Amino acid sequence: MSQLKYFTNGLFKENPSFVLVLGTCPTLAVTTAAINGIGMGAATTFVLVFSNLMIAALKDLIPNKVRIAAFIVIIATFVTIVDLVMKAFTPDLYATLGIFIPLIVVNCIILGRAEAFAQKSNVVPAILDGLGMGIGFTLAITLMGSIREILGNGSIFNIKLVAEDANTILIFILPPGAFITYGYLIAIMNRMKKRYNI
Amino acid sequence: MAKLESSLRNMILSLLLISLVMSAALGFVYNLTKDPIAAASKAKEVKAVKEVLPEFDNDPTTEIKVVEGLTFYPATQGGKPIGFAVKTYTEKGYSGRFDLMVGFLPDGKINNIVVLEQKETPGLGTKMKEPKFKDQFNTLDIGSLNNQELKVKKDGGTIDAISAATISSRAFCDGVQKAYNIYMKNFAMNIAGVNDSTMMKGGKQ
Repeated sequence: MSQLKYFTNGLFKENPSFVLVLGTCPTLAVTTAAINGIGMGAATTFVLVFSNLMIAALKDLIPNKVRIAAFIVIIATFVTIVDLVMKAFTPDLYATLGIFIPLIVVNCIILGRAEAFAQKSNVVPAILDGLGMGIGFTLAITLMGSIREILGNGSIFNIKLVAEDANTILIFILPPGAFITYGYLIAIMNRMKKRYNI
Repeated sequence: MAKLESSLRNMILSLLLISLVMSAALGFVYNLTKDPIAAASKAKEVKAVKEVLPEFDNDPTTEIKVVEGLTFYPATQGGKPIGFAVKTYTEKGYSGRFDLMVGFLPDGKINNIVVLEQKETPGLGTKMKEPKFKDQFNTLDIGSLNNQELKVKKDGGTIDAISAATISSRAFCDGVQKAYNIYMKNFAMNIAGVNDSTMMKGGKQ
């Protein structure tokens, strides 16, 4: 039971996108469609879980002064693995997410969790933390992608909800729409946190 | 186990060890995915060529010719040339370059067009992938147009631009035009000719 809180922490209370406001770049840039949110979220979760695992396992072998360099090598390796695997097996998704996959390397969520959590904890809590943060991030950007896709394109997961040539609120697909959606979601999240005292 | 002290020796050893293990892991994954990646990119190419041309029975990707920066895929059916797929591009897109695959019949008519890679504005410029816009080009003979130039209606041409994405539409025309010009200059005359040996030389008319 006590272990479980490491997992649920990232889902809501410390949701990386809406509460910690980390990893804003992919949150704003790839959320033009719901499916992108799932793809990006899955890739980030994979990297988070494995980098947390490696860093927690190796923490005693990494001298303090070179820890960031060591973390980056570990994170970059897993990102490159995701990059190669996606290129090989899901070329269409890879084409949409494009540059944002390699850029997971510099995503603050991952280095942030390595620095703030994994290097001080044991392997199991570190894995749970990575999983929770990853899934929290996935939920957040999929939600954002859904909202933007419904309003801006009139579809969800590429299923059309409105007539083919109906007018949609295009701005939600464009960059300003990302900021507007993000702002409202953070506001709603804060309100809910206050109301339910989480 | 206590944390390793940050002495020079420890730091070098630790980083060296981590880099070694990680590069070994990467090498392993690279070998594993090398073939699927090559296959996926080839499949994409072949699929695009198939989509823009009528049925053919050779493997155009093995007979590629590169002329003036564009890639030409000759397609034959039973040894008879039935057209060329051309991988063309334009630099004039709203977000820079995008790539198209245009299929030309031997008489220079466009058969079909597929958008390969693009980073146009989602919901606006990306509508160039939809039949409503790109099917206007099918069976179009650029040679029969005024000055043999492909233009959107706004510029006095014949193409219905995508609403709110005139720049992308113009760029699309630019890419197709480029393919047409180079195709006509280098291949069309030969492909229509009787002599098969001259066909593959791609000489100037």
